[in-house]
Amino acid sequence: MEEKHVRTRAYQHSLSGSTLPPGETLLQVSDLSLRFGGVKALTDVNLTVESGTIHSIIGPNGAGKSSLLNCVSGLYKATAGQIMLHRQGKQGKSTENRRPADLEAKDLSRLPPHRVARLGVARSFQNIELFDQLSVLDNIMLGRHIHTKKDPFMAMLWFGPAKRQEIRQRELVEEVIHLLKLQEYRNQPVGALAYGIQKRVELGRALAMQPALLLLDEPMAGMNVEEKEDMARYILDIHELAGLTVVLIEHDMSVVMDISNRVTVLDFGKVIGDGTPTEVMENPKVIEAYLGAGE
Amino acid sequence: MVMAAVQTGRYHRSYKSELRLWNTTPQITRMIILAIVLVLIPLVFDNYWMALFNTALIASIGAIGLNILVGFTGQISLGQGGFLAVGAFTSAILTDRMGVPVFFSILGAVLLTAAVGMIFGLPALRLKGLYLAIATLASQMVIIFIVRRWEFLTEGQGFVDVMRLEVFGFSITRANFEQQWYMILLVITIIAAFIATNIFRTGVGRSFMAVRDQDIAASAIGVNLTRAKITAFGVSNGFVGLAGALMAHYTEIVSWERFTLDISIQYLAMIIVGGLGSVAGSIYGATFITLLPVLTRMAADELGGVAPALRQQLPAFEHAIFGLTIIVFLIFEPKGLNRIWERIKEYFRYWPFRY
Ligand SMILES: Nc1ncnc2c1ncn2[C@@H]1O[C@H](COP(=O)(O)OP(=O)(O)O)[C@@H](O)[C@H]1O
Ligand SMILES: [Mg+2]
Repeated sequence: MEEKHVRTRAYQHSLSGSTLPPGETLLQVSDLSLRFGGVKALTDVNLTVESGTIHSIIGPNGAGKSSLLNCVSGLYKATAGQIMLHRQGKQGKSTENRRPADLEAKDLSRLPPHRVARLGVARSFQNIELFDQLSVLDNIMLGRHIHTKKDPFMAMLWFGPAKRQEIRQRELVEEVIHLLKLQEYRNQPVGALAYGIQKRVELGRALAMQPALLLLDEPMAGMNVEEKEDMARYILDIHELAGLTVVLIEHDMSVVMDISNRVTVLDFGKVIGDGTPTEVMENPKVIEAYLGAGE
Repeated sequence: MVMAAVQTGRYHRSYKSELRLWNTTPQITRMIILAIVLVLIPLVFDNYWMALFNTALIASIGAIGLNILVGFTGQISLGQGGFLAVGAFTSAILTDRMGVPVFFSILGAVLLTAAVGMIFGLPALRLKGLYLAIATLASQMVIIFIVRRWEFLTEGQGFVDVMRLEVFGFSITRANFEQQWYMILLVITIIAAFIATNIFRTGVGRSFMAVRDQDIAASAIGVNLTRAKITAFGVSNGFVGLAGALMAHYTEIVSWERFTLDISIQYLAMIIVGGLGSVAGSIYGATFITLLPVLTRMAADELGGVAPALRQQLPAFEHAIFGLTIIVFLIFEPKGLNRIWERIKEYFRYWPFRY
């Protein structure tokens, strides 16, 4: 039943920008706190995301899930704490024996969003944030921004480097369009598309970044069962095809249990559970929080 | 010929062919017809109309510039008049008082206006919408204040005289003044439109549009908002500086009265009527708004017999028509003339199977 429909065509570009071996720590959040006036959105959050995993963050509404993602991507400035993104150091890329010295870590919590993006963190938003007046193609092409030379004089000339670059970027973008089955919408303005398609375009835009870490904020919210299955399938495909590390916020417990390697549970801005899906499900605090929230 | 200019479908074999501006035979045919019409214009129209067309061509370049900022990047500007003044005074002073060849004086005007635009664009890093409009209004006021008070600019005369255009050994003759200017301006406008189009089919321009549509998402995909906005102010005002410089050399006189807030408003009207975020629309809008007072006057003359009040109150009538036009476009076709033209093309694309 679960046929690999995406492998009917060979993809030339890897969609993952991380060279970290699977299992190593990719993202480490330590003692992260975030306050809005009197509201404590996050309190001493600790979290480790391993390279090559699908890591879900669950919790009732208002638990601070989106706030956490916003801190990672630089949109919110944490009141305290660190968010370290680990990368393969320059000299470590080709050598056989990777020593810890080859790894380097950057603290994202002090960086503006565009710098975080340049380090390879891509994301989607809970309330779709697309470039409404632009076509699906242009939206996904914009995902190539960090890999694009942006010299205005080169652009004005068009002939030569600018044109070559467009064609090169387009080849990768077409693979993303193919992977997410967006061909028929390619030239339509995204503002006019159905909700489910827009969510997919947003995923495509993030993928085109060839990210090291993909953050998805409720990619299946507001979808019917079929659409959810599709989206879950796309996420799994991406994960398998590219070995991409995904941090996923999701409400639907059954989806989370099915596709995650690891789950972190937030409640009132605090981590109340962390482990494999089964471990988390058996955690009394988690059960209580979910019963308390009426789920 | 008519059939050949009508398009039926679009099919591409490579990204390269898809990236061409005009792919299909109909598109190319249309461009050829347009080129022929444009070249024939000076043979058909008299000096009065040629002067209007020349004004429209210069306005087109300025409108493309303003549209880059307002229509494509979503940063409102009321400072157009001031930036045109920077371009006009720079080029006039460079040629007339410093003996710089026209080509380089215009280039200097482009660069200086771009730089001044980037400086006055700094408030855009903090302000949006109406607040930014007010801030750019302030830049308009500041620039015009400086232009009026800084005696060096006009050597106390209040205006600068500019020599008849002489470029690369060619000088404009008195007899064919309008016709020669028309050919020069036509070529420059086409180049300007081509450059603007190129910007928006590559990454730089796309990042401007991303800032316009969703600035938070833009920053999350790696767009440096500061850099994008300041670049947009620079690029936009480069075009405006070019328009200002051409105005100086074409009208052969530069004085501050031509660069007041009215002009800023008129240019905004051009891009609204033509189509925000459209290079072609900028040209349509500039032509339309330039010709509007003339058309209004002709209408008043025609209707003079029936309603003599129209002729007596001509300035008021002109203002009313100007205001009404903008309102009509905002209500009925916010995407402007460009969208109307596209709809006409679409209609014929399915012809004769239209419904
Ligand atoms: N920009 C903001 N300004 C003020 N309060 C905010 C902001 N973003 C989130 N919050 C508050 O932080 C808390 C966590 O919200 P959020 O992270 O959106 O939760 P979740 O995504 O888990 O539903 C809520 O109480 C919310 O009101
Ligand atoms: Mg949320």
